[in-house]
Amino acid sequence: MSDTKHHPNRLGLWGWLGGGRWGMERYLYALHRVTGLGLLAYFLLHIVVTSSRAFGADRWKTAMDAVTGPLFKFGEYLVFVAFAFHAANGIRLALLELGFAVGEPIEPVYPYRTSVHVQRPLAIGALALAAVLVAIGTASMWLVD
Amino acid sequence: MIRDQKLWTWHILAGAVILVLLGLHMLTMHMEGVVKLEGLNPASAANEAQGGGKLQPIDWANVKARSAKVFYLVTYILLLGAALFHGLYGATNVVHEANPPRWLHKTVSALAVVVGLGLFAFGTWAAIAAFLLAKAL
Ligand code: HEM
Repeated sequence: MSDTKHHPNRLGLWGWLGGGRWGMERYLYALHRVTGLGLLAYFLLHIVVTSSRAFGADRWKTAMDAVTGPLFKFGEYLVFVAFAFHAANGIRLALLELGFAVGEPIEPVYPYRTSVHVQRPLAIGALALAAVLVAIGTASMWLVD
Repeated sequence: MIRDQKLWTWHILAGAVILVLLGLHMLTMHMEGVVKLEGLNPASAANEAQGGGKLQPIDWANVKARSAKVFYLVTYILLLGAALFHGLYGATNVVHEANPPRWLHKTVSALAVVVGLGLFAFGTWAAIAAFLLAKAL
């Protein structure tokens, strides 16, 4: 068996940030990646900050006071929006990867047809779900209090 | 199943666990103004019934009330483990996909394991310590 070759990553970051001539799913892929990494960065810090509850009321209050103010509130809102998108799009990805909503396999006869059109309603459904979650979060965080 | 296939399957399964538990967490913290579920912020309803003002989900009274429940002790640790695995495995995959040299590939994987296990141990300790403290108060 031949060794796998090391291929240079010629497109670099643009390779996954840009949609190129691919459809909207390509942008969903980039957004899923950005939101996943953003959520991870937040989560690692969140574990450390919220562990202050183990030391009682005073330490908890000190920790929470350190992360209040408009900038932190806006950051928290971005985390919520990232969650809404990543969760809804994650459901779509898991379904597709398990073989749901991709349509029946067809003969590869010219002119070739892509299964992306069959998958499109799921992508629109995922975005609609994300939008509903964002609407609830926006109302709850900015309007109701 | 080869190792990567297994880990990927766990990545997807962890996503399902996170969906439920983080969904509950987001309902508690960021949607409570619209979706009112009393059990999620146990001290809020009691405070309002006694004529007190509105409590925030992160006010100590709510944090203490949740910390004292076995349900939160168990689900927080489960969410901690699932999200650490899902997030760190996902992040290492992003790096691996860029085809880095072998040493970088290995360093990133090792770093993910160390950070993951370290934060899991720390977070689990914090959940247990908060549970014992809240019970004692
Ligand atoms: C809300 C529930 C969540 C669901 C349903 C979900 C689902 C998914 C799915 C299906 C994938 C793609 C797997 C693949 O195609 O191979 C993924 C990737 C990823 N997720 Fe999540 N996820 C969730 C929450 C999170 C959280 C909380 C974090 C951070 C701690 C996170 C971080 C990541 C990362 C870093 C990736 C890799 C992105 C990439 O490869 O482009 N996810 N997620």
